[in-house]
Order: sequence, then C-alpha cells, then structure tokens
Amino acid sequence: MAIDLYRIDDRLIHGQVVVGWGQPLNLGFIALVDDEVAGSEWEQELYRMGVPPDMDVYFATPDEASRLLDQWNEDQRPGILLTGDIDTMRRLIALCPSIKTVNLGGIHHRAGRTLKLRYVYLTPQEEEALRALERSGVVVTAQDVPSARAVPLDDVLRGEAER
Amino acid sequence: MSEGSPVAIIAAHGDLATGLVSAVQQITGRGELFLPMTNSGMGAAEIERALLELVDSRNLRVIFTDLPAGSCTIAARRVLAARPHVVLVTGTSLPLLLDFMSHEELEPAQAATHAVDRAVRSLTAVGGVARGH
Repeated sequence: MAIDLYRIDDRLIHGQVVVGWGQPLNLGFIALVDDEVAGSEWEQELYRMGVPPDMDVYFATPDEASRLLDQWNEDQRPGILLTGDIDTMRRLIALCPSIKTVNLGGIHHRAGRTLKLRYVYLTPQEEEALRALERSGVVVTAQDVPSARAVPLDDVLRGEAER
Repeated sequence: MSEGSPVAIIAAHGDLATGLVSAVQQITGRGELFLPMTNSGMGAAEIERALLELVDSRNLRVIFTDLPAGSCTIAARRVLAARPHVVLVTGTSLPLLLDFMSHEELEPAQAATHAVDRAVRSLTAVGGVARGH
C-alpha cells in the first residue's frame, strides 16, 4: 500500500479523518506533518489520544517528512498524510515532487479568508498558492468525506460548487 | 445543580448536542442544565475559543464531547490545559448525562466519574429470542 491521501485540514486529526476516511480506507497510519506539533510532546499526545490502538501516528516537520516519505509509501498498510495549512503542504511538495494529488479537507474561516465551499475558506494568497500547485502538475480537489464529490480546484475557486 | 443555570457544555458533531439536550428536556424537563455547541463549520482554533468563552463566561466546570479523537475533544483538552479545574468527559450519551445531572450533591468531577461508570454499564447488545407460545 502507500499513502492514499495527502490532505490539508486545519483540524488535523479528528473525526472525519479517523472515522470518516479511516474506516473505508482501513487506515493503518497517519503521518501528521506540522512544525509545531513535531516540536511538542504535549501536542503529540493530544493527537494520539483517541486514535485506535492499531493505528500508528507519525509526527514530522516537512524536512523530516521528505526523508520519510518513501518509507511511508512502502508501508503495507494504507495511510493518510496530513498538514494543517496550505503552506506546509506546499513546502513538502517542493521537497517531494512525487506527490501529485492534494485533498482540501478543511480550511475554515478566519480574518481575510472568503467562503469557497462550506469547509473551504481562502485568502487571495492561499488561492494563488493552490493555483501554483496545479500549474506544477499537482491535482488539487476538495472533498471533506469519502462519500462526497471531489470538487476540482477551478470549481472551488469560483465558489460555485455548492450554489 | 443550580436551578435554571447551565452546569456543563455538550460539544459535538452536527446537531448531536442539541439533540441530547432535547432528549434530557423531554425526560427530565431540565435541558437548561446543558449548553449545546456544534463544531460544524468551525476550525480548531475557533472551537477552542468558543469553548473557552463559554467556560469563562458561564463559570462551567464540565465539558462533554462525543468522539475521543474528535475536534471538540482536542479543543477541550486545550481548554483544560488553560483551565485545570474543568473536567472533560468523552463518548457522551444520554444515560451518561442523566446520571450526571442526578448527582447534584457531588462535585462536578465526581459526578462526571460516576456518570461515566453508569454509562459504560448501560451499553448492552441484546440478541433476538423467538417468542414462546
């Protein structure tokens, strides 16, 4: 198996990931790529709590993840790689051009962001960062849960997918 | 537990918290003891801010959540780090809430522990048995 999903989700590990995606994919591990979490035992314990005991959670910075990605992809179990924001995923892809798909799973409202989808809000800079990813050959879609339609980036940015 | 004042928050996915409060109200007429909150459409920081604001403004000492790995639970754990007097209970169910509210003589932490024990024992699986003649 390999990493089945490269997901940007500002809630990181939560119900949609562990249950919503975890059960249908039969997830064996989650790779959480985040500078702050990778540097904090407390944060790591927080995210480990509640994850089923047979599901491993690995924590890494983007640099560390770039060195571990091949190993994760050789794992016999299905996995998800998570980042909490677009910039972290962008940094990882710059180091790992083998990543060719990105899932927008949850980027919620905050100052400066505008509504694109029910679960995707973006600043103009974030929109441009996602466009740049697609220009580099990465397919970006938005999909919060497996049963939902994967919405292409163009539709997301037009903000028309749910109208 | 004070008459008419909320004593705890229920933070959960979708409309679950509202539904649980509605069920408590139907059974006991005291749904006002719980403040329902949904995480729908909210990011991690927003959930944490909302919980903290409720804890501080209403002087609440117990947070009930649904999934142990859910975003409400993660946010509540962060609130506990800032407000160590607050107790978190995950896996919230109706039997748990009913037991919690029926032990107003206990401290919130003790009432929560008692309720968890009761809720665990309320889980049963009953197989079908053919009706006798």
